[in-house]
Amino acid sequence: MNWREYRSDRFFDELIDPAGSPRDGVHGVAEFLGSLEPAELRHRQEAAELAVRSMGITFTVYSDGDNIDRAWPFDIIPRVIPSDEWRRVRAGLEQRLQALNLFIADVYGEQRIVADGIVPADLLARSVNYRAACRGIEPPLGAWAHICGSDLVRGDDGTFYVLEDNLRVPSGVSYMLENRLVTKRVFPELFRNLDILPVDDYPAKLAGLLAALSPRPGEAPTVVVLTPGIYNSAYFEHAFLAQQMGAELVEGSDLTVDDDVVYLRTIEGLARVDVIYRRVDDLFLDPEVFRPDSALGAPGLMRAWRAGNVAIANAPGAGVADDKVVYAYVPDMIRYYLGEEPRIPNVPTYVCDRDDDRRYVLDHLDELVVKPANESGGYGIVIGPRATVEQLAECRAQVLADPRNFVAQPVVNLSTAPTLCDGEVAARHVDLRPFSLYGEGFSYVTHGGLTRVALVEGSLVVNSSQGGGSKDTWILDPHG
Amino acid sequence: MLLSRTAEAVYWVGRYLERAEATARVLSFHTELFLDLPRAAGLRWEPLLAVTGSSDTFEEAYGEADEASVVTFLAVDMHNQGSVLASLAQARENMRTTRPVFPRSAWEAVNSLYLRSGDGAAGVCHRGHRHEWLQGIIADLQRLTGLLEGHMCHDEAYAFLRVGRHLERADMTTRVLDVRAASLVSSPSDMRPYAEAQWSNLLRTLTGYQIYRRNVSSRVRGREVLRFALQDPRFPRSVEYCLTQMAHGLLELPNHDRAMADCAAAQRLIEDAKVADLPWEHLHDYVDELQLQLGRIDERMAGTYFRAPVSSPTVLLATA
Repeated sequence: MNWREYRSDRFFDELIDPAGSPRDGVHGVAEFLGSLEPAELRHRQEAAELAVRSMGITFTVYSDGDNIDRAWPFDIIPRVIPSDEWRRVRAGLEQRLQALNLFIADVYGEQRIVADGIVPADLLARSVNYRAACRGIEPPLGAWAHICGSDLVRGDDGTFYVLEDNLRVPSGVSYMLENRLVTKRVFPELFRNLDILPVDDYPAKLAGLLAALSPRPGEAPTVVVLTPGIYNSAYFEHAFLAQQMGAELVEGSDLTVDDDVVYLRTIEGLARVDVIYRRVDDLFLDPEVFRPDSALGAPGLMRAWRAGNVAIANAPGAGVADDKVVYAYVPDMIRYYLGEEPRIPNVPTYVCDRDDDRRYVLDHLDELVVKPANESGGYGIVIGPRATVEQLAECRAQVLADPRNFVAQPVVNLSTAPTLCDGEVAARHVDLRPFSLYGEGFSYVTHGGLTRVALVEGSLVVNSSQGGGSKDTWILDPHG
Repeated sequence: MLLSRTAEAVYWVGRYLERAEATARVLSFHTELFLDLPRAAGLRWEPLLAVTGSSDTFEEAYGEADEASVVTFLAVDMHNQGSVLASLAQARENMRTTRPVFPRSAWEAVNSLYLRSGDGAAGVCHRGHRHEWLQGIIADLQRLTGLLEGHMCHDEAYAFLRVGRHLERADMTTRVLDVRAASLVSSPSDMRPYAEAQWSNLLRTLTGYQIYRRNVSSRVRGREVLRFALQDPRFPRSVEYCLTQMAHGLLELPNHDRAMADCAAAQRLIEDAKVADLPWEHLHDYVDELQLQLGRIDERMAGTYFRAPVSSPTVLLATA
């Protein structure tokens, strides 16, 4: 195919510049892809789909009758980022996760950041992810958010922005790993000729991080992955990570707590658990403390955690920093705790609780994206340029009635990347979710991450449940 | 360390995989028998339902038992828990929830096998395609067995797999014997010329024909076949062999005393059987007794390992 015929109108394209030439550092990939005929690309796409099926890479859809696991949608054309650019992003992610951890520890400790007037007290009190039960607790090694999945987007000028920090139970890393395996089967020749940084060390890094949290240092720790079960949309990932780490994959019913110690039900009786990598939301962890009707966790888990007899990652309550209003304060947190300027910017965010911000938002509703602070999955979002007059009026009323619950951001046009659509290469919008790990004296960011792509032309929705696909992400060393 | 829930799922992976293969064999060789015997022999398809213990489910869904309905029901009907395809689906689902204990290659093999089998399921009523479909599944399952043997850690999970597989296999051998022997000995005397062909087919169903000819006798006689399928310790589908394998598996597990005793009781039933003198009309009762004992072993597995009451943590173990 000829890149001169490839067009990404008005948007920043990851591979090709507006003149139709490959961007710096990605020539090799663009040249190789350019040398393939459309029929060859289609053939390789079919091979990839076959590999996805036989490797059993699936995601779960609730409303699909008997067939709850569906084949993972995958596009063979990789998204490429030069390594020198990635180094800057990585440093920014490390900086951010460190500041977020200091913030969470402060929130459940002295709350200095509130006393010093950087963050309003009201912000915490009204966060649905704030857990009063966590006040005064000091988890092992002082870390709360060990695993973070950040959503990055690129604006029209190519700048990376952080769109969200996912600190509760971020998912997607297994697909990043599987995408690489599939790509290696599909484009083996590229891996011979280019220096593509490997991604497969993530499970070992995660396993090491989790083991280091064990309350019984010196003994081989028992690490478990706590899953809500096969009906959870990320079950594939839970099973995958447990397998890759050599950890036990457990459900709440496998656990029991006695005298503030967590045990597993095994064929030999009870066995002590040291570390829980939980993929269950806070509110379902322990019916004694949170939702009493939850069967996904285990009664007494929080007692065991507070007593220091078991480590939980991410720590309960870590989600307090994963809130759309708190997000607006992250750059201030970085300055406050680290005395540094943020290395990756936030998308500019107007906090409707601030008078000036609110006035601006109400004056520019038709240009902005308005988001409720405490919803997830895109629920309740109003996109100004696409909203009707009635919708804007309703939005205005809601903001006025409860300003704390709303933030607003300018529309960010996601960047595009070449994607195979109906056998032709076309520009489609992408985002990027890298995964970061954080422990005492330890930090790690995946080489790249999971690139999600909106397969529908013009669409910005990258969720796999809504017609989104994914791509392998290559951090390419052009000098290597 | 092995979770009770995982142990149970793995045990059932063993059972489902064996069930899929055994049912595929029964279907495949019954089809072959049709090709071998003249129509006058009056061979029917109903007995297969009895072999797989599914007559009642069948009648509700299909009514009349002809080739198309029985084959569809036993091969590809997802509402029949014991069909080849449903067994593969359940094995795959159980493996999906226990991926950490299985080698990745085994998961991919089961997943591919299930998907491929589903793709080829439509043509199963056609005899030519059926043969290919069933033999393909049998071959893939054998490959999987080798893969598990060679790639999987021979730990406690493997022991559960082994116990599950051989319990299912012993059960299937007794069913095949019961149903086939019953129909053979009760058939009118003018069918007797075909008796040897039918006993031979029974041996093939159990993959024992060649072993029998080489190690037992060049003539295929009912009594000898019965003894061979129940008692021969060298034949991998004899009940005796299966019980020995189960005992070996149990030895690897903790708290195995009672399950071992149940296994030994089944073995005594086999060893004490007076095969040479057992009247054919008593065979059914004998097999019933044997199956009850196999059922007791299954219950013991559940009671000891899968749903053991855990009241007091005084029995705690070191977990390293």
